[in-house]
Amino acid sequence: MSDVIVGLKDVWKSFGEVSVLRGVTFDVAKGQVVSIIGKSGSGKSTALRCINGLEAFQSGEIAVDGFNLADETLDLRALRKKVGIVFQSYNLFPHLTVLGNIELAPKLAKRLSPTETRELALKVLGEVGLLDKRDHYPEQLSGGQQQRVAIARSLAMEPTVMLFDEVTSALDPELKEEVLRVIERLAGSGMTMILVTHEMNFARRVSGKVIFMHQGVVHEQGTSEILSNPGTPELVQFVGSNL
Amino acid sequence: MTSFNLMHLQFILTGAMWTVILSVLATLGGGIGGAILALAGISRHRFIRNIAALYITLIQGVPLLVILFLTYFGLPALGFNIEPLAAATFGLSVYVSAFLGEIWRGSLEAVRKAQWEAGECLALTRMQVLLHIIMPQSIRLATPPTVGFIVQVVKNTSLVSAISFIELTRSGQIVNNSTFQPFLIYTIVACLYFAMCFPLSRFSRVLEKKFAISAR
Repeated sequence: MSDVIVGLKDVWKSFGEVSVLRGVTFDVAKGQVVSIIGKSGSGKSTALRCINGLEAFQSGEIAVDGFNLADETLDLRALRKKVGIVFQSYNLFPHLTVLGNIELAPKLAKRLSPTETRELALKVLGEVGLLDKRDHYPEQLSGGQQQRVAIARSLAMEPTVMLFDEVTSALDPELKEEVLRVIERLAGSGMTMILVTHEMNFARRVSGKVIFMHQGVVHEQGTSEILSNPGTPELVQFVGSNL
Repeated sequence: MTSFNLMHLQFILTGAMWTVILSVLATLGGGIGGAILALAGISRHRFIRNIAALYITLIQGVPLLVILFLTYFGLPALGFNIEPLAAATFGLSVYVSAFLGEIWRGSLEAVRKAQWEAGECLALTRMQVLLHIIMPQSIRLATPPTVGFIVQVVKNTSLVSAISFIELTRSGQIVNNSTFQPFLIYTIVACLYFAMCFPLSRFSRVLEKKFAISAR
């Protein structure tokens, strides 16, 4: 496989007595779009959160764009300039306008000038199609719009990898579409993306690789073909129950 | 015995001025202490959190009057000479800091954990997250109870009359000793306290309403 940008090797993680990841291994190539699917409790969100250091893991290796996540002296802030994450619950900053939300990190973490920051903010806001909402506060936006702002906020850090943690799960069906369209356009632009998702049709459409997690391990992986022709009974059952 | 005259009124008003000054000093001193305690209370180090919690528990469990006796009579007994104003300011600040520290720590912790996470995922330092994301949100929560507590502080400054500091209550007592018109004099004293506290209470109510609307 060409340039691996995210690699997990035999990653184990437990919360107290409960092991959530039991030897997870997979690679993501530069520019690849990878969907992680699986039942809740299969460890897919935890695996994603380990990739940008939100969760510590007990053993194994995770390498992300030259960073070694197992290294305790790792500069997490440097890593997070490269790896953006969007959450299910948007987590916008309610006291800031849309522009304020987007500009905060480039201004503080990247120390860009106000002009550069504004230019960048308008660019990413245009990419998610919300230029007209720039002065609104999060509470004045629909869930779908808030999630698109959250995506823009992450993009403004100009990451090399984007993580999406069930970003449409909290949205009504008609609002899901607008968010999925933004993500799909992003996928087309060559951004490396890892999505934890329940949207099977979407996963089939955009993913170069699909990873099916089951009971804390990668149970099956391959191209989006595996969603049509699952190789294991567990994936057959999962796909069947998610149509 | 003389009857109540303008000079007496002037004396009481001077006392009222000292009550205002003490309230301001206590709020400033207690505010600085409270800010330190609130930050210590959300520290990642358990030891620092425990020290803050211990201080707050101890001070909240002791009457203000006893704290004032300790600073005014107790410290000189240990060899620290202390003026009534300094003793009053110090004692009140010690007391106020414990309460403001607790109010503010609670307000900081009331901001959802996910806001910290979102900030840290954008490569911000803990201090940047605190200053730019957590504090602006917690100020909305903290302001009404803070102003409400300052009303209590204004009234509680009357206790420093017990350490021979001449503020509003003490000046009323002194005037009463020479005029012996307690109903008149304490009514004036009460009205002056009310004139200080009422605007603050109203302000607190207004803020509460304003934040209730904007925090929908």
